[in-house]
Amino acid sequence: MSDTFQLKLKFTLQRSNFSLDVDLTLPGAGITVIFGPSGCGKTTLLRCVAGLERPMGVLRVSNSVWQDSSAGLFRPTWQRALGYVFQEASLFEHLSVAQNLEFGLSRVKGLAGRKALQAAIELLGIGHLLSRAPQGLSGGERQRIAIARALATEPQLLLLDEPMASLDIARKKEIIPWLERLHRELKIPALYVTHSLDELARLADHVVILEQGRVKASGGVAQTLSDIRIAQMVGDEAGIMTEGMVVDRHSADHLARIRFDQGEVWVRDDGQPIGQQVRIRILARDVSLSLAEDDQSTIQNRIQGVIQTISDDRHPAQCLISVRCGETVLLARVTRRALNRLGLAVGRAIWCQIKSVALVE
Amino acid sequence: MTISPDAWQAIGLTLQLATATTVVLLLIATPLAWWLSQTESSLRAPIGALVTLPLVLPPTVLGFYILIVLGPEGLIGEITQALGLGLMSFSFSGLLIGSVIFSLPFAVQPIQYAFEAIGRRPMEVAATLRARPIDAFFSVALPLAKPGLLTATVLTFAHTVGEFGVVLMIGGNIPGETRVVSTQIYGHVEAMEYRQAHGLAAGMVMFSFVVLIALARLKKRTDRILP
Repeated sequence: MSDTFQLKLKFTLQRSNFSLDVDLTLPGAGITVIFGPSGCGKTTLLRCVAGLERPMGVLRVSNSVWQDSSAGLFRPTWQRALGYVFQEASLFEHLSVAQNLEFGLSRVKGLAGRKALQAAIELLGIGHLLSRAPQGLSGGERQRIAIARALATEPQLLLLDEPMASLDIARKKEIIPWLERLHRELKIPALYVTHSLDELARLADHVVILEQGRVKASGGVAQTLSDIRIAQMVGDEAGIMTEGMVVDRHSADHLARIRFDQGEVWVRDDGQPIGQQVRIRILARDVSLSLAEDDQSTIQNRIQGVIQTISDDRHPAQCLISVRCGETVLLARVTRRALNRLGLAVGRAIWCQIKSVALVE
Repeated sequence: MTISPDAWQAIGLTLQLATATTVVLLLIATPLAWWLSQTESSLRAPIGALVTLPLVLPPTVLGFYILIVLGPEGLIGEITQALGLGLMSFSFSGLLIGSVIFSLPFAVQPIQYAFEAIGRRPMEVAATLRARPIDAFFSVALPLAKPGLLTATVLTFAHTVGEFGVVLMIGGNIPGETRVVSTQIYGHVEAMEYRQAHGLAAGMVMFSFVVLIALARLKKRTDRILP
């Protein structure tokens, strides 16, 4: 991962009922998830990067300038070294799977042959589909082919526009492992648009939160998810994500122990080997607070910490409390009444009881 | 039943005219349909209306104006005369121009609808895979619009075979030059030669029937390709 490779984008776009105004510097590696509610301009932003929209502004990918309005420079889409995966299946219906995959090959100058295509076919596990026609494929298979097709042209930047939005739950489950694999092995930066917090927690290295065409936050995924303002915005699904390691597996109880900096939690054992790096997600609604350690409870995951902030939630009955537990910050959603009865205040030592932990990778 | 040399000549001329019209129209209608399907220009509505006009106008009106434009006092007539080509009215080339204009909507509309049904997305995908616009047009838009192109071909050919009013206005009824099957039938009826008229008329009915069956099959296949 080189620090010199960066994405610099600065766009303004005015529409009758919508305006986009962003100025971002993004890491040149890993997946940047662009997150926000419907209509916040996520897809428009991605289309601006691809040159499918014509905003005013500047776009620099690594050391090549794709757009600079002040110099009158605008590279058309076909001259940008990018791969684009659209929301719905966008395979060419008149071509076979293999022909779809090869479409870009002859059109890219200086391509190192079919190596990238072969690697992409392997990465996405689509070798057995090559002779098929797109019509007979499932939504998940189509999207895997679309991703491989984009990677075959050896792009400098991969753009994914809600690649799972048009899939049903079963198909989502089918494609998620492939996307996680893509995340681990991808050598180029990717911008991934979604409105799903689950996808964000699984795949993001960096997060950009958009609201009404403006950047509300841009930062590392753990830091952004524990940001109170973001928790207030996402509502019910607010929660934190942290990375940990499987350190123990209890076969009789079918549980695995995950250690993350200063805390430990037991989660359902899904077969990850000891030593495996995992991401865990803890929702604010699944965390309750207690003044003393309560071992007379069914809740077995307990972590001690110090109250860092107490903030308003969307509903006046509730508040959001951030608790610092070592390097990790947990979020808890509790009622105002409980807060007052227990006399909780910033700086107070507290036990967090975690009802449920989701292993997301 | 035997077919007279006159009838053969008319049939041959009809097929020649229909083939030439179809070829010329596909070359004109495809870019025109593409432009109509993509443009956001304010000229879209008036040009679209102009293309559709031959559909609603009586063929005699169309033929009348084409005759005037091609004639000795008309704009095109003066040009062809100045170039030493003579006049195109009452000739096969005049007939071809009339047929092309007369069948224009039958060629443009199916192709335009096919392009519109494809939408912008496949062209955008092609651009993200480094295809320049002209490349994307030939490698993506045109193949995807194939059902529309086939429909346009069949309709144009059939419509030209069945044309009468325009032919009579522009071409007159010159054997071997402008006398096609439909005007031939008219001639037979005028001359009370019902038996000869029957032969050609029945042939036209059968031809039209076969064309409609072919169109129905084409449509069924299209539905399967583009659900």
